Amino acid sequence: MEWPKFAYTYDGSFAGFLTCVFTAYANQEEPACFLTHQEGQAALWPERTVDTDHERAKRVYRSLSPRLGRQGKTLVTYGFLTCLDQRELCLWDFLKLGYAKGPAVTRDLTDPRVAALNKAVLHLTREAHLLKGFTRFSDQGGVLAGEIAPKNRVLPLLRPHFAARYPEEALALYDRTHREALFCQGGKWAIVPLDQFSLNQPGHGELDYRGLWRRFYDTIAIEGRYNPKCRMTHMPKRYWGTMTEFQREDPPPADTHLRQI
Amino acid sequence: MELLDKLTILADAAKYDAACTSSGVDRRGGRGMGSTMAAGCCHSFSADGRCISLLKVLYTNRCIYDCAYCVNRRSNDLPRAAFTPRELAELTMGFYRRNYIEGLFLSSAVWVSPDRTTEEMIAALSLLRKEYGFRGYIHAKAIPGADPALTERLGLLADRLSVNIELPSQDSLHKLCPDKEKKAILAPMAQIRDGITQAKGELVKYRHAPRFAPAGQSTQMIIGATPESDRHILTLTQALYDKYKLKRVFFSAYMPVSDSALLPARRDFQPPLLREHRLYQADWLLRFYHFRAEELLDEASPNFDTRVDPKCAWALGHMDRFPVEVNRADYETLLRVPGIGVTSARRILTARRVGPLTFSGLKTLGVVLKRAQYFITCSGKMLEGLRVSPDGVLRHLVALEKPALAGDQPEQLSLF
Ligand code: SF4
Ligand code: SF4
Repeated sequence: MEWPKFAYTYDGSFAGFLTCVFTAYANQEEPACFLTHQEGQAALWPERTVDTDHERAKRVYRSLSPRLGRQGKTLVTYGFLTCLDQRELCLWDFLKLGYAKGPAVTRDLTDPRVAALNKAVLHLTREAHLLKGFTRFSDQGGVLAGEIAPKNRVLPLLRPHFAARYPEEALALYDRTHREALFCQGGKWAIVPLDQFSLNQPGHGELDYRGLWRRFYDTIAIEGRYNPKCRMTHMPKRYWGTMTEFQREDPPPADTHLRQI
Repeated sequence: MELLDKLTILADAAKYDAACTSSGVDRRGGRGMGSTMAAGCCHSFSADGRCISLLKVLYTNRCIYDCAYCVNRRSNDLPRAAFTPRELAELTMGFYRRNYIEGLFLSSAVWVSPDRTTEEMIAALSLLRKEYGFRGYIHAKAIPGADPALTERLGLLADRLSVNIELPSQDSLHKLCPDKEKKAILAPMAQIRDGITQAKGELVKYRHAPRFAPAGQSTQMIIGATPESDRHILTLTQALYDKYKLKRVFFSAYMPVSDSALLPARRDFQPPLLREHRLYQADWLLRFYHFRAEELLDEASPNFDTRVDPKCAWALGHMDRFPVEVNRADYETLLRVPGIGVTSARRILTARRVGPLTFSGLKTLGVVLKRAQYFITCSGKMLEGLRVSPDGVLRHLVALEKPALAGDQPEQLSLF
């Protein structure tokens, strides 16, 4: 028998989503769409508002590894960070399939539900890999601060990398797209929602290094091999906006603080 | 001299070296600053499309030698500079902290003597590793002719060592750099190989044995300055992998930097970028696709077809081995199908455990059929509606490469 359809509303967190999964199974309902509190309501289906319940979320989370296998669990946890269109619904479809089929589900690469999620997760991990290189930090009074504008929520994937790279530094990395920031220091870390983030005006040492880097960048290219198309393939333009080598320092404005463009 | 000017001179002098990878070793944890990842990490791409992973500079561009193909040759009228160990360490740390780079690639012209040059490099790297606690990637160039004891010390500070073989044959080397000998290049190469093997053995015995060049060794050669064929170059490359256990061999299309009568005339010379690209593709086939050099080129055709990639060319010459059945073929066989790479082959193996694969299934799991379609069957059937003669396949494959090869100059390439 088909389960009745409901429009699910939740707080947008991963624990919230897992609570939705719990609720759907408990009530034997089919979520027809997932909305977060900020989004407008669609009146097509009866509404179900789900309050995040960490106990229930944990029960679902603990079931992932035994029921879907390690790879299946990764697909779900990473899948939630992707920019896949209607990702909650895709994850719901995948979960239902996985609970029915078991860990073998991840081998079924020709099933569109598995393929879509795989592709989205690959996009996420690729973007995270690129940003391990393309992220730029500035020295802001001893703290390393940087900004990125990724399509996927890569901060949780970048965190262990930068923590290992800079074990003795304090760092702050802001994701403009998803308005959240990663803070890391002395083995402790947090990823928190943040509406505003701006860099202070750079000091002299900082400006010197930026200048040296730009000079190196411009010098290292071989003129006789000029190939802008190839550069663009490897390093799409959408990343350039937050990279030092493509920025020019403006003379500091008299009053307001400087925001890097 | 200002640091900015030194950096400009010494980066400019280093830019013709093709290697910039930071791959081959995983290291994380511990104090100080830095980690490395086995897969390597590109931090940027320059306007020529090449990856920038390391701060690639010469320690100095003052040289006692006069190799004809090299911008830094003694007789070339050029501004000269040298870093101090402190300047270089500060610069590396400053760049690394800001995540501009994955580490340092330190090479040098031969200043005073090979020993003296190596000592300077050791001083700079020791400062960086010990005083600054730098744990990021270091690639150092060993200087041929240096005392083996010095090369040994260099290898204990670096993740990767390289000795450039410079030119593909003894003959060319002799003509273009009379001061250099192939022997002098191969000796440190063998020393590095043995050092790596020994360090690996000791690491098994004593956990804290010093790590000698844990990311292995590489080399590069200039192509297109001298008359060697692709076959000669690829066979040499294969021998370097087999005999000297190299991790990578890099090719560098000759850039006209000299008016020497022994070299191609500067005017109208087009650097052989497409040829370089084909050599890299073939090198890839040697390293990851279980091909041997003698399968790809022979006496009758000693050079690569510029129109199609080496794997397509090989497949077209061996049509008797195709089509292969994707539901049965083993991994090695799948890898030989044009258009099927390592990822696709692995996915095929995984997915067919669930059920027989169809052409549309292949598409869903991410196999690009443009090239592969001519060489495979699914449950005994070719792709429906596909009917081509062997000639037609070649024409089609050539057409597929066209957009990538297009550009204002015939040698200009957008793929690599
Ligand atoms: S782009 Fe290629 S060469 Fe450069 S670091 Fe990445 S894998 Fe290595
Ligand atoms: S020894 Fe090296 S730097 Fe000096 S001229 Fe020869 S290739 Fe150039």
